[in-house]
Amino acid sequence: MNRKPLVSIIGAGMSKFGKHTGLLTRELFAEAASEAFSRCPKLQPKKDIKALFIGHMGEAYEHQGHTASTLADWAGLVGIPATRTEAACGSSGAALRSGIYAVLSGLADVVMVGGVEKMTHRTTAEVTEYLAMASDYPFEQFHGITFPGLFALMATSHMHNYGTTEEQIAKVAVKNHYHGSLNPKAHMQKEITIETVMSSRYVAWPLKLYDCSLITDGASCIILTKPELAQKYTDQPVHIIGSGQASDTIGLYERKSLSSLQATKIAAKAAYEMADIKPEQIDLAEVHDCFTFAEIMAYEDLGFCRPGEGGKLVESGETYLNGRIPVNTSGGLKAKGHPVGATGTAQTYELYLQLTDQAEKRQVKDAKIGLSQNIGGSGATAVVHIYRREK
Amino acid sequence: MSTQEPFTIEQFYNFIKQGKLMAGKCQKCGKIHLPPRPLCDNCYSQQFTWLAVSGKGKLLTYTVIHIAPQQFQNLAPYAIGIFELENNLKIPGIIEGVPQDQLKIGMELTLDLTSCNTTQQWPQWSRYCFKP
Repeated sequence: MNRKPLVSIIGAGMSKFGKHTGLLTRELFAEAASEAFSRCPKLQPKKDIKALFIGHMGEAYEHQGHTASTLADWAGLVGIPATRTEAACGSSGAALRSGIYAVLSGLADVVMVGGVEKMTHRTTAEVTEYLAMASDYPFEQFHGITFPGLFALMATSHMHNYGTTEEQIAKVAVKNHYHGSLNPKAHMQKEITIETVMSSRYVAWPLKLYDCSLITDGASCIILTKPELAQKYTDQPVHIIGSGQASDTIGLYERKSLSSLQATKIAAKAAYEMADIKPEQIDLAEVHDCFTFAEIMAYEDLGFCRPGEGGKLVESGETYLNGRIPVNTSGGLKAKGHPVGATGTAQTYELYLQLTDQAEKRQVKDAKIGLSQNIGGSGATAVVHIYRREK
Repeated sequence: MSTQEPFTIEQFYNFIKQGKLMAGKCQKCGKIHLPPRPLCDNCYSQQFTWLAVSGKGKLLTYTVIHIAPQQFQNLAPYAIGIFELENNLKIPGIIEGVPQDQLKIGMELTLDLTSCNTTQQWPQWSRYCFKP
Protein backbone atom coordinates (compact mmCIF):
# COMPACT_ATOMS: atom_id res chain seq x y z
CA MET A 1 0.00 0.00 0.00
CA ASN A 2 2.92 2.32 0.57
CA ARG A 3 4.61 1.43 -2.68
CA LYS A 4 5.53 4.23 -5.05
CA PRO A 5 2.61 5.13 -7.30
CA LEU A 6 2.83 4.33 -11.02
CA VAL A 7 1.54 7.75 -12.03
CA SER A 8 -0.42 10.61 -10.50
CA ILE A 9 -3.61 12.26 -11.72
CA ILE A 10 -3.37 16.06 -11.61
CA GLY A 11 -6.63 16.96 -13.34
CA ALA A 12 -9.81 15.44 -14.71
CA GLY A 13 -12.84 16.52 -16.69
CA MET A 14 -16.12 15.12 -17.90
CA SER A 15 -18.84 16.54 -20.10
CA LYS A 16 -22.39 16.32 -18.87
CA PHE A 17 -23.57 12.80 -19.85
CA GLY A 18 -26.86 12.70 -21.73
CA LYS A 19 -28.37 13.63 -25.04
CA HIS A 20 -26.38 16.37 -26.78
CA THR A 21 -28.27 17.20 -29.94
CA GLY A 22 -26.17 19.10 -32.46
CA LEU A 23 -22.76 18.39 -30.94
CA LEU A 24 -20.01 16.27 -32.47
CA THR A 25 -17.55 14.09 -30.50
CA ARG A 26 -14.81 16.69 -30.84
CA GLU A 27 -17.04 19.36 -29.30
CA LEU A 28 -18.01 17.08 -26.43
CA PHE A 29 -14.36 16.32 -25.82
CA ALA A 30 -13.50 20.03 -25.73
CA GLU A 31 -15.95 20.38 -22.82
CA ALA A 32 -14.19 17.62 -20.86
CA ALA A 33 -10.72 18.97 -21.69
CA SER A 34 -11.68 22.48 -20.61
CA GLU A 35 -12.77 21.21 -17.18
CA ALA A 36 -9.56 19.18 -16.75
CA PHE A 37 -7.43 22.22 -17.58
CA SER A 38 -9.39 24.47 -15.22
CA ARG A 39 -8.97 21.97 -12.38
CA CYS A 40 -5.18 22.20 -12.82
CA PRO A 41 -4.38 25.93 -13.26
CA LYS A 42 -0.63 25.40 -12.91
CA LEU A 43 -0.61 23.19 -15.99
CA GLN A 44 0.34 24.82 -19.29
CA PRO A 45 -1.40 22.39 -21.65
CA LYS A 46 0.41 23.34 -24.87
CA LYS A 47 3.81 23.26 -23.19
CA ASP A 48 3.39 20.40 -20.74
CA ILE A 49 1.18 17.75 -22.36
CA LYS A 50 3.35 15.47 -24.49
CA ALA A 51 0.89 12.86 -25.73
CA LEU A 52 -2.82 12.07 -25.99
CA PHE A 53 -4.42 8.62 -25.73
CA ILE A 54 -8.09 8.34 -26.69
CA GLY A 55 -10.64 5.57 -26.23
CA HIS A 56 -13.29 5.63 -28.95
CA MET A 57 -15.21 2.65 -30.17
CA GLY A 58 -17.06 3.43 -33.36
CA GLU A 59 -16.47 5.35 -36.57
CA ALA A 60 -19.97 4.45 -37.71
CA TYR A 61 -21.78 6.91 -35.40
CA GLU A 62 -20.45 10.03 -37.13
CA HIS A 63 -18.79 8.50 -40.16
CA GLN A 64 -15.59 9.73 -38.56
CA GLY A 65 -12.48 7.74 -37.84
CA HIS A 66 -9.00 9.03 -36.98
CA THR A 67 -10.43 10.31 -33.73
CA ALA A 68 -7.32 10.89 -31.64
CA SER A 69 -5.70 13.53 -33.86
CA THR A 70 -9.06 15.24 -34.30
CA LEU A 71 -9.51 15.48 -30.54
CA ALA A 72 -5.92 16.68 -30.00
CA ASP A 73 -6.77 19.56 -32.33
CA TRP A 74 -10.07 20.40 -30.62
CA ALA A 75 -8.38 20.28 -27.19
CA GLY A 76 -5.86 22.87 -28.39
CA LEU A 77 -3.04 20.36 -28.49
CA VAL A 78 -2.42 19.95 -32.20
CA GLY A 79 1.11 18.76 -32.85
CA ILE A 80 1.44 16.21 -30.06
CA PRO A 81 1.33 12.46 -30.78
CA ALA A 82 -2.28 11.32 -30.52
CA THR A 83 -3.25 7.64 -30.50
CA ARG A 84 -6.61 5.93 -30.32
CA THR A 85 -7.11 2.65 -28.48
CA GLU A 86 -10.10 0.50 -29.35
CA ALA A 87 -11.25 -2.18 -26.96
CA ALA A 88 -15.01 -1.79 -27.37
CA CYS A 89 -16.56 -0.47 -24.12
CA GLY A 90 -13.13 -0.83 -22.50
CA SER A 91 -11.49 1.60 -24.93
CA SER A 92 -10.61 4.40 -22.52
CA GLY A 93 -9.62 1.99 -19.74
CA ALA A 94 -7.13 0.65 -22.27
CA ALA A 95 -6.17 4.24 -23.18
CA LEU A 96 -5.41 4.89 -19.52
CA ARG A 97 -3.19 1.83 -19.44
CA SER A 98 -1.40 3.18 -22.56
CA GLY A 99 -0.95 6.57 -20.89
CA ILE A 100 0.68 4.84 -17.93
CA TYR A 101 3.02 3.01 -20.31
CA ALA A 102 3.96 6.36 -21.87
CA VAL A 103 4.75 8.07 -18.56
CA LEU A 104 6.62 5.08 -17.14
CA SER A 105 8.65 4.74 -20.32
CA GLY A 106 10.07 8.19 -19.72
CA LEU A 107 9.01 9.37 -23.16
CA ALA A 108 6.39 11.76 -21.80
CA ASP A 109 6.24 13.42 -18.39
CA VAL A 110 2.65 14.62 -18.76
CA VAL A 111 -0.03 12.93 -20.87
CA MET A 112 -3.74 13.36 -21.40
CA VAL A 113 -5.97 10.29 -21.54
CA GLY A 114 -9.65 10.32 -22.41
CA GLY A 115 -12.54 8.88 -24.28
CA VAL A 116 -15.65 9.90 -26.15
CA GLU A 117 -18.74 8.56 -27.89
CA LYS A 118 -21.65 10.35 -29.53
CA MET A 119 -24.53 7.89 -29.88
CA THR A 120 -27.98 9.40 -29.39
CA HIS A 121 -28.39 10.80 -32.90
CA ARG A 122 -28.62 7.21 -34.19
CA THR A 123 -31.67 4.96 -33.92
CA THR A 124 -31.67 2.26 -31.26
CA ALA A 125 -31.48 -0.35 -34.03
CA GLU A 126 -28.37 1.28 -35.46
CA VAL A 127 -26.70 1.61 -32.06
CA THR A 128 -27.51 -2.03 -31.28
CA GLU A 129 -25.87 -3.05 -34.53
CA TYR A 130 -22.75 -0.94 -33.96
CA LEU A 131 -22.32 -2.21 -30.40
CA ALA A 132 -22.77 -5.81 -31.53
CA MET A 133 -19.61 -5.45 -33.60
CA ALA A 134 -17.67 -5.90 -30.36
CA SER A 135 -18.90 -9.50 -30.10
CA ASP A 136 -17.80 -12.51 -32.14
CA TYR A 137 -19.17 -12.26 -35.67
CA PRO A 138 -19.06 -15.87 -36.99
CA PHE A 139 -20.68 -17.59 -34.01
CA GLU A 140 -22.50 -14.88 -32.06
CA GLN A 141 -23.71 -12.03 -34.28
CA PHE A 142 -24.25 -14.42 -37.18
CA HIS A 143 -26.57 -16.53 -35.01
CA GLY A 144 -28.65 -13.63 -33.78
CA ILE A 145 -26.99 -13.15 -30.39
CA THR A 146 -27.22 -9.55 -29.21
CA PHE A 147 -25.13 -7.80 -26.59
CA PRO A 148 -27.82 -8.00 -23.93
CA GLY A 149 -28.13 -11.63 -25.05
CA LEU A 150 -24.52 -12.38 -24.12
CA PHE A 151 -24.94 -10.98 -20.62
CA ALA A 152 -28.29 -12.77 -20.36
CA LEU A 153 -26.53 -16.07 -21.15
CA MET A 154 -24.15 -15.36 -18.26
CA ALA A 155 -26.99 -14.32 -15.96
CA THR A 156 -28.94 -17.53 -16.68
CA SER A 157 -25.85 -19.58 -15.86
CA HIS A 158 -25.32 -17.64 -12.61
CA MET A 159 -28.96 -18.03 -11.60
CA HIS A 160 -28.71 -21.77 -12.25
CA ASN A 161 -25.38 -22.23 -10.43
CA TYR A 162 -26.05 -20.02 -7.40
CA GLY A 163 -29.76 -19.32 -7.16
CA THR A 164 -29.36 -15.63 -8.00
CA THR A 165 -32.76 -14.06 -8.68
CA GLU A 166 -34.11 -11.51 -11.14
CA GLU A 167 -35.07 -9.35 -8.14
CA GLN A 168 -31.50 -9.32 -6.84
CA ILE A 169 -30.23 -8.35 -10.30
CA ALA A 170 -32.87 -5.59 -10.47
CA LYS A 171 -31.62 -4.13 -7.18
CA VAL A 172 -28.42 -3.06 -8.92
CA ALA A 173 -30.53 -0.77 -11.12
CA VAL A 174 -32.39 0.69 -8.14
CA LYS A 175 -29.13 1.40 -6.31
CA ASN A 176 -27.36 2.94 -9.29
CA HIS A 177 -30.33 5.14 -10.17
CA TYR A 178 -30.33 6.36 -6.56
CA HIS A 179 -26.64 7.25 -6.90
CA GLY A 180 -27.35 8.86 -10.28
CA SER A 181 -29.96 11.08 -8.62
CA LEU A 182 -27.07 12.61 -6.62
CA ASN A 183 -24.85 13.24 -9.66
CA PRO A 184 -25.60 16.45 -11.59
CA LYS A 185 -23.69 15.10 -14.61
CA ALA A 186 -25.61 11.81 -14.82
CA HIS A 187 -27.83 11.10 -17.81
CA MET A 188 -30.69 9.90 -15.56
CA GLN A 189 -31.05 11.70 -12.24
CA LYS A 190 -34.27 10.06 -11.08
CA GLU A 191 -34.72 7.31 -8.55
CA ILE A 192 -36.60 4.21 -9.68
CA THR A 193 -38.35 1.42 -7.80
CA ILE A 194 -37.81 -2.30 -8.09
CA GLU A 195 -41.32 -2.55 -9.60
CA THR A 196 -40.20 -0.30 -12.46
CA VAL A 197 -37.36 -2.67 -13.25
CA MET A 198 -39.34 -5.87 -12.78
CA SER A 199 -42.27 -4.70 -14.91
CA SER A 200 -40.15 -3.40 -17.78
CA ARG A 201 -40.21 -5.49 -20.94
CA TYR A 202 -37.72 -8.23 -21.59
CA VAL A 203 -34.80 -7.38 -23.85
CA ALA A 204 -33.10 -10.76 -23.50
CA TRP A 205 -34.55 -12.96 -20.77
CA PRO A 206 -33.79 -12.69 -17.84
CA LEU A 207 -32.62 -9.13 -18.53
CA LYS A 208 -35.20 -6.36 -18.92
CA LEU A 209 -35.10 -2.85 -20.30
CA TYR A 210 -34.17 -1.38 -16.89
CA ASP A 211 -31.32 -3.87 -16.54
CA CYS A 212 -29.60 -2.22 -19.49
CA SER A 213 -27.29 0.80 -19.43
CA LEU A 214 -28.19 3.90 -21.39
CA ILE A 215 -27.37 5.07 -24.90
CA THR A 216 -25.59 8.30 -24.03
CA ASP A 217 -23.36 11.04 -25.43
CA GLY A 218 -20.34 12.02 -23.41
CA ALA A 219 -16.63 12.60 -23.07
CA SER A 220 -14.14 12.31 -20.23
CA CYS A 221 -10.44 12.86 -19.70
CA ILE A 222 -7.70 12.88 -17.09
CA ILE A 223 -4.18 14.27 -16.98
CA LEU A 224 -1.36 12.05 -15.74
CA THR A 225 2.18 12.77 -14.68
CA LYS A 226 5.08 11.14 -12.87
CA PRO A 227 4.47 10.99 -9.10
CA GLU A 228 7.59 13.09 -8.43
CA LEU A 229 6.23 15.91 -10.62
CA ALA A 230 2.67 15.88 -9.25
CA GLN A 231 3.27 18.47 -6.53
CA LYS A 232 4.52 20.92 -9.15
CA TYR A 233 0.99 20.97 -10.58
CA THR A 234 -1.36 20.39 -7.65
CA ASP A 235 -1.38 19.78 -3.92
CA GLN A 236 -4.26 17.34 -4.38
CA PRO A 237 -3.10 14.63 -6.79
CA VAL A 238 -4.67 11.18 -6.87
CA HIS A 239 -2.20 8.36 -7.32
CA ILE A 240 -2.65 5.25 -9.44
CA ILE A 241 -0.99 2.47 -7.47
CA GLY A 242 -2.09 -0.62 -9.37
CA SER A 243 -2.90 -1.42 -12.99
CA GLY A 244 -4.03 -4.63 -14.65
CA GLN A 245 -5.34 -5.40 -18.10
CA ALA A 246 -6.25 -8.78 -19.58
CA SER A 247 -7.83 -10.38 -22.61
CA ASP A 248 -10.06 -13.40 -23.13
CA THR A 249 -11.59 -15.23 -26.08
CA ILE A 250 -13.86 -12.98 -28.14
CA GLY A 251 -16.51 -15.71 -28.14
CA LEU A 252 -18.29 -16.22 -24.82
CA TYR A 253 -19.00 -19.82 -25.81
CA GLU A 254 -15.29 -20.72 -25.77
CA ARG A 255 -14.74 -19.74 -22.14
CA LYS A 256 -14.43 -22.16 -19.22
CA SER A 257 -16.78 -20.18 -17.01
CA LEU A 258 -20.07 -18.74 -18.22
CA SER A 259 -20.84 -17.01 -14.92
CA SER A 260 -17.64 -15.05 -14.24
CA LEU A 261 -15.14 -13.04 -16.27
CA GLN A 262 -11.66 -14.51 -16.30
CA ALA A 263 -10.19 -11.31 -17.77
CA THR A 264 -11.47 -9.31 -14.78
CA LYS A 265 -9.93 -11.83 -12.39
CA ILE A 266 -6.54 -11.70 -14.13
CA ALA A 267 -6.54 -7.88 -14.35
CA ALA A 268 -7.66 -7.53 -10.72
CA LYS A 269 -4.98 -9.92 -9.45
CA ALA A 270 -2.29 -7.96 -11.28
CA ALA A 271 -3.59 -4.62 -9.97
CA TYR A 272 -4.01 -5.82 -6.37
CA GLU A 273 -0.50 -7.32 -6.34
CA MET A 274 1.06 -4.20 -7.84
CA ALA A 275 -0.71 -1.99 -5.29
CA ASP A 276 -0.10 -4.44 -2.42
CA ILE A 277 -3.78 -4.09 -1.60
CA LYS A 278 -6.43 -6.66 -0.67
CA PRO A 279 -10.05 -6.39 -1.82
CA GLU A 280 -11.14 -5.69 1.78
CA GLN A 281 -9.07 -2.49 1.73
CA ILE A 282 -11.00 -0.96 -1.17
CA ASP A 283 -13.19 1.91 0.10
CA LEU A 284 -15.22 2.41 -3.09
CA ALA A 285 -15.36 1.15 -6.66
CA GLU A 286 -16.65 2.10 -10.08
CA VAL A 287 -17.44 -1.13 -11.94
CA HIS A 288 -18.67 -1.87 -15.44
CA ASP A 289 -22.46 -2.26 -15.07
CA CYS A 290 -23.27 -2.25 -18.79
CA PHE A 291 -26.04 -4.58 -17.63
CA THR A 292 -27.10 -4.86 -13.99
CA PHE A 293 -26.01 -8.47 -13.88
CA ALA A 294 -22.46 -7.46 -14.86
CA GLU A 295 -22.15 -5.59 -11.55
CA ILE A 296 -23.01 -8.76 -9.63
CA MET A 297 -20.29 -10.65 -11.49
CA ALA A 298 -17.86 -7.77 -10.87
CA TYR A 299 -18.39 -7.99 -7.07
CA GLU A 300 -17.33 -11.63 -7.24
CA ASP A 301 -14.51 -11.35 -9.78
CA LEU A 302 -12.99 -8.39 -7.89
CA GLY A 303 -13.15 -10.25 -4.57
CA PHE A 304 -15.71 -8.02 -2.83
CA CYS A 305 -17.60 -11.21 -2.00
CA ARG A 306 -17.27 -14.93 -2.67
CA PRO A 307 -18.32 -16.49 -6.00
CA GLY A 308 -22.08 -16.80 -6.11
CA GLU A 309 -22.73 -14.23 -3.37
CA GLY A 310 -23.00 -11.14 -5.57
CA GLY A 311 -26.80 -11.21 -5.49
CA LYS A 312 -26.77 -11.29 -1.70
CA LEU A 313 -24.22 -8.47 -1.57
CA VAL A 314 -26.42 -6.04 -3.50
CA GLU A 315 -29.42 -7.16 -1.45
CA SER A 316 -27.55 -6.40 1.79
CA GLY A 317 -27.30 -2.71 0.83
CA GLU A 318 -23.56 -2.72 1.52
CA THR A 319 -22.73 -1.42 -1.96
CA TYR A 320 -24.85 1.72 -1.44
CA LEU A 321 -23.27 5.07 -0.62
CA ASN A 322 -22.57 4.81 3.15
CA GLY A 323 -22.41 1.01 2.90
CA ARG A 324 -19.34 -1.14 3.56
CA ILE A 325 -18.11 -0.77 -0.02
CA PRO A 326 -20.03 1.77 -2.11
CA VAL A 327 -20.10 0.72 -5.78
CA ASN A 328 -20.88 3.05 -8.67
CA THR A 329 -21.49 6.20 -6.64
CA SER A 330 -21.53 8.06 -9.98
CA GLY A 331 -24.69 6.18 -10.96
CA GLY A 332 -22.63 3.76 -13.01
CA LEU A 333 -23.19 3.02 -16.66
CA LYS A 334 -26.78 2.29 -15.67
CA ALA A 335 -27.78 5.82 -14.59
CA LYS A 336 -24.84 8.08 -15.37
CA GLY A 337 -24.89 6.64 -18.88
CA HIS A 338 -22.58 4.64 -21.11
CA PRO A 339 -21.04 6.61 -23.99
CA VAL A 340 -18.88 3.55 -24.59
CA GLY A 341 -15.50 5.10 -25.42
CA ALA A 342 -15.82 7.62 -22.58
CA THR A 343 -16.74 5.14 -19.85
CA GLY A 344 -13.30 4.01 -18.64
CA THR A 345 -11.93 7.46 -17.92
CA ALA A 346 -15.35 8.61 -16.65
CA GLN A 347 -14.96 5.95 -13.94
CA THR A 348 -11.54 7.44 -13.16
CA TYR A 349 -13.10 10.94 -13.09
CA GLU A 350 -15.55 9.83 -10.39
CA LEU A 351 -12.77 8.30 -8.30
CA TYR A 352 -10.71 11.47 -8.76
CA LEU A 353 -13.60 13.53 -7.37
CA GLN A 354 -14.15 11.10 -4.48
CA LEU A 355 -10.48 10.92 -3.50
CA THR A 356 -10.14 14.72 -3.55
CA ASP A 357 -13.39 15.27 -1.57
CA GLN A 358 -15.19 16.95 -4.44
CA ALA A 359 -18.06 14.47 -4.92
CA GLU A 360 -20.51 16.70 -3.03
CA LYS A 361 -23.83 14.96 -2.26
CA ARG A 362 -22.44 11.55 -3.03
CA GLN A 363 -19.10 11.93 -1.25
CA VAL A 364 -17.90 8.72 0.40
CA LYS A 365 -16.60 9.64 3.86
CA ASP A 366 -12.91 8.96 4.49
CA ALA A 367 -12.42 7.35 1.09
CA LYS A 368 -8.74 6.55 0.69
CA ILE A 369 -8.51 3.70 -1.83
CA GLY A 370 -10.65 3.34 -4.95
CA LEU A 371 -10.88 0.79 -7.76
CA SER A 372 -12.17 0.94 -11.32
CA GLN A 373 -13.11 -2.01 -13.53
CA ASN A 374 -13.76 -1.34 -17.20
CA ILE A 375 -14.59 -4.18 -19.56
CA GLY A 376 -14.81 -4.45 -23.33
CA GLY A 377 -17.54 -6.42 -25.05
CA SER A 378 -18.67 -9.50 -23.16
CA GLY A 379 -15.37 -9.55 -21.30
CA ALA A 380 -12.68 -10.14 -23.93
CA THR A 381 -11.02 -7.06 -22.41
CA ALA A 382 -10.86 -6.08 -18.76
CA VAL A 383 -8.94 -3.19 -17.23
CA VAL A 384 -8.62 -2.68 -13.47
CA HIS A 385 -6.97 0.28 -11.77
CA ILE A 386 -6.43 1.06 -8.10
CA TYR A 387 -6.22 4.64 -6.83
CA ARG A 388 -5.00 6.21 -3.59
CA ARG A 389 -5.58 9.70 -2.28
CA GLU A 390 -2.68 11.97 -1.40
CA LYS A 391 -1.96 11.59 2.34
CA MET B 1 -10.97 -37.40 -44.28
CA SER B 2 -9.36 -35.10 -46.79
CA THR B 3 -6.80 -32.68 -45.47
CA GLN B 4 -6.98 -30.50 -48.57
CA GLU B 5 -9.51 -28.02 -47.24
CA PRO B 6 -8.09 -25.04 -45.34
CA PHE B 7 -8.70 -24.99 -41.59
CA THR B 8 -10.82 -21.86 -41.62
CA ILE B 9 -14.21 -20.69 -40.42
CA GLU B 10 -15.31 -20.36 -44.05
CA GLN B 11 -14.54 -24.06 -44.54
CA PHE B 12 -16.38 -24.93 -41.30
CA TYR B 13 -19.50 -23.34 -42.78
CA ASN B 14 -18.89 -25.06 -46.14
CA PHE B 15 -19.11 -28.36 -44.26
CA ILE B 16 -22.26 -27.16 -42.45
CA LYS B 17 -23.82 -26.52 -45.87
CA GLN B 18 -22.94 -30.13 -46.75
CA GLY B 19 -24.61 -31.35 -43.58
CA LYS B 20 -21.40 -32.05 -41.65
CA LEU B 21 -20.17 -30.73 -38.31
CA MET B 22 -16.37 -30.76 -38.53
CA ALA B 23 -13.60 -29.72 -36.14
CA GLY B 24 -9.85 -29.40 -36.69
CA LYS B 25 -7.56 -31.70 -34.71
CA CYS B 26 -3.95 -30.67 -34.16
CA GLN B 27 -1.62 -33.39 -35.40
CA LYS B 28 1.08 -32.39 -32.95
CA CYS B 29 -0.63 -31.90 -29.57
CA GLY B 30 -4.05 -33.39 -30.30
CA LYS B 31 -6.07 -30.30 -29.33
CA ILE B 32 -9.43 -30.19 -31.06
CA HIS B 33 -10.52 -26.80 -32.37
CA LEU B 34 -14.14 -25.86 -32.98
CA PRO B 35 -14.19 -23.69 -35.00
CA PRO B 36 -11.04 -24.86 -36.77
CA ARG B 37 -8.11 -22.45 -36.80
CA PRO B 38 -4.95 -22.33 -38.93
CA LEU B 39 -2.53 -22.01 -35.99
CA CYS B 40 -2.86 -24.20 -32.89
CA ASP B 41 -3.11 -21.83 -29.91
CA ASN B 42 -1.64 -24.52 -27.68
CA CYS B 43 1.49 -25.70 -29.56
CA TYR B 44 1.63 -23.39 -32.64
CA SER B 45 1.46 -26.31 -35.06
CA GLN B 46 -0.11 -25.68 -38.47
CA GLN B 47 -0.82 -29.36 -39.15
CA PHE B 48 -4.39 -30.51 -38.64
CA THR B 49 -6.80 -33.28 -39.61
CA TRP B 50 -10.56 -32.95 -39.87
CA LEU B 51 -12.63 -34.67 -37.22
CA ALA B 52 -16.37 -35.33 -37.54
CA VAL B 53 -18.21 -34.24 -34.38
CA SER B 54 -21.55 -35.60 -33.17
CA GLY B 55 -24.29 -32.99 -33.16
CA LYS B 56 -25.63 -34.15 -29.79
CA GLY B 57 -25.37 -31.22 -27.39
CA LYS B 58 -26.12 -30.51 -23.73
CA LEU B 59 -27.57 -27.07 -23.01
CA LEU B 60 -25.17 -25.11 -20.77
CA THR B 61 -27.07 -21.82 -20.66
CA TYR B 62 -29.73 -19.99 -22.63
CA THR B 63 -31.59 -16.73 -23.18
CA VAL B 64 -34.62 -15.61 -25.11
CA ILE B 65 -33.93 -12.66 -27.38
CA HIS B 66 -36.88 -10.26 -27.44
CA ILE B 67 -35.20 -7.20 -28.95
CA ALA B 68 -33.53 -8.59 -32.07
CA PRO B 69 -31.19 -7.22 -34.69
CA GLN B 70 -32.91 -6.12 -37.90
CA GLN B 71 -32.17 -9.37 -39.70
CA PHE B 72 -33.69 -11.56 -36.96
CA GLN B 73 -36.75 -9.47 -36.13
CA ASN B 74 -39.15 -11.84 -37.87
CA LEU B 75 -37.97 -14.64 -35.53
CA ALA B 76 -38.24 -12.76 -32.23
CA PRO B 77 -38.70 -13.81 -29.52
CA TYR B 78 -36.27 -16.65 -30.17
CA ALA B 79 -34.16 -18.80 -27.86
CA ILE B 80 -30.37 -19.02 -28.01
CA GLY B 81 -28.24 -21.53 -26.19
CA ILE B 82 -24.63 -22.48 -25.68
CA PHE B 83 -24.15 -26.23 -26.09
CA GLU B 84 -21.52 -28.68 -24.94
CA LEU B 85 -20.74 -31.31 -27.55
CA GLU B 86 -18.41 -34.33 -27.26
CA ASN B 87 -14.75 -33.70 -26.34
CA ASN B 88 -15.81 -30.62 -24.30
CA LEU B 89 -16.36 -28.64 -27.49
CA LYS B 90 -18.83 -25.77 -27.18
CA ILE B 91 -20.93 -23.93 -29.72
CA PRO B 92 -23.82 -21.46 -29.59
CA GLY B 93 -26.95 -21.54 -31.73
CA ILE B 94 -30.64 -20.78 -32.05
CA ILE B 95 -32.98 -23.30 -30.41
CA GLU B 96 -36.06 -24.36 -32.36
CA GLY B 97 -38.94 -26.61 -31.43
CA VAL B 98 -38.81 -26.20 -27.64
CA PRO B 99 -41.47 -24.08 -25.89
CA GLN B 100 -39.57 -21.28 -24.19
CA ASP B 101 -40.94 -22.09 -20.74
CA GLN B 102 -39.61 -25.62 -21.09
CA LEU B 103 -35.99 -24.67 -21.71
CA LYS B 104 -33.78 -26.19 -19.05
CA ILE B 105 -30.04 -26.18 -18.44
CA GLY B 106 -28.77 -29.72 -18.94
CA MET B 107 -31.37 -30.73 -21.54
CA GLU B 108 -30.12 -32.55 -24.62
CA LEU B 109 -30.72 -31.14 -28.08
CA THR B 110 -29.27 -31.96 -31.47
CA LEU B 111 -27.59 -29.77 -34.05
CA ASP B 112 -29.89 -29.61 -37.05
CA LEU B 113 -28.46 -29.06 -40.50
CA THR B 114 -31.56 -29.79 -42.56
CA SER B 115 -33.07 -26.33 -42.50
CA CYS B 116 -29.91 -24.40 -43.34
CA ASN B 117 -30.39 -21.38 -45.51
CA THR B 118 -28.33 -18.45 -46.66
CA THR B 119 -30.02 -15.13 -47.07
CA GLN B 120 -27.33 -12.50 -47.13
CA GLN B 121 -24.65 -11.28 -49.46
CA TRP B 122 -21.80 -11.76 -47.01
CA PRO B 123 -21.03 -14.15 -45.59
CA GLN B 124 -22.56 -16.91 -47.69
CA TRP B 125 -22.67 -19.24 -44.72
CA SER B 126 -25.44 -21.61 -43.71
CA ARG B 127 -27.01 -21.21 -40.31
CA TYR B 128 -27.53 -24.36 -38.22
CA CYS B 129 -29.86 -24.59 -35.25
CA PHE B 130 -30.52 -26.91 -32.29
CA LYS B 131 -33.68 -29.02 -32.07
CA PRO B 132 -35.05 -31.77 -29.79
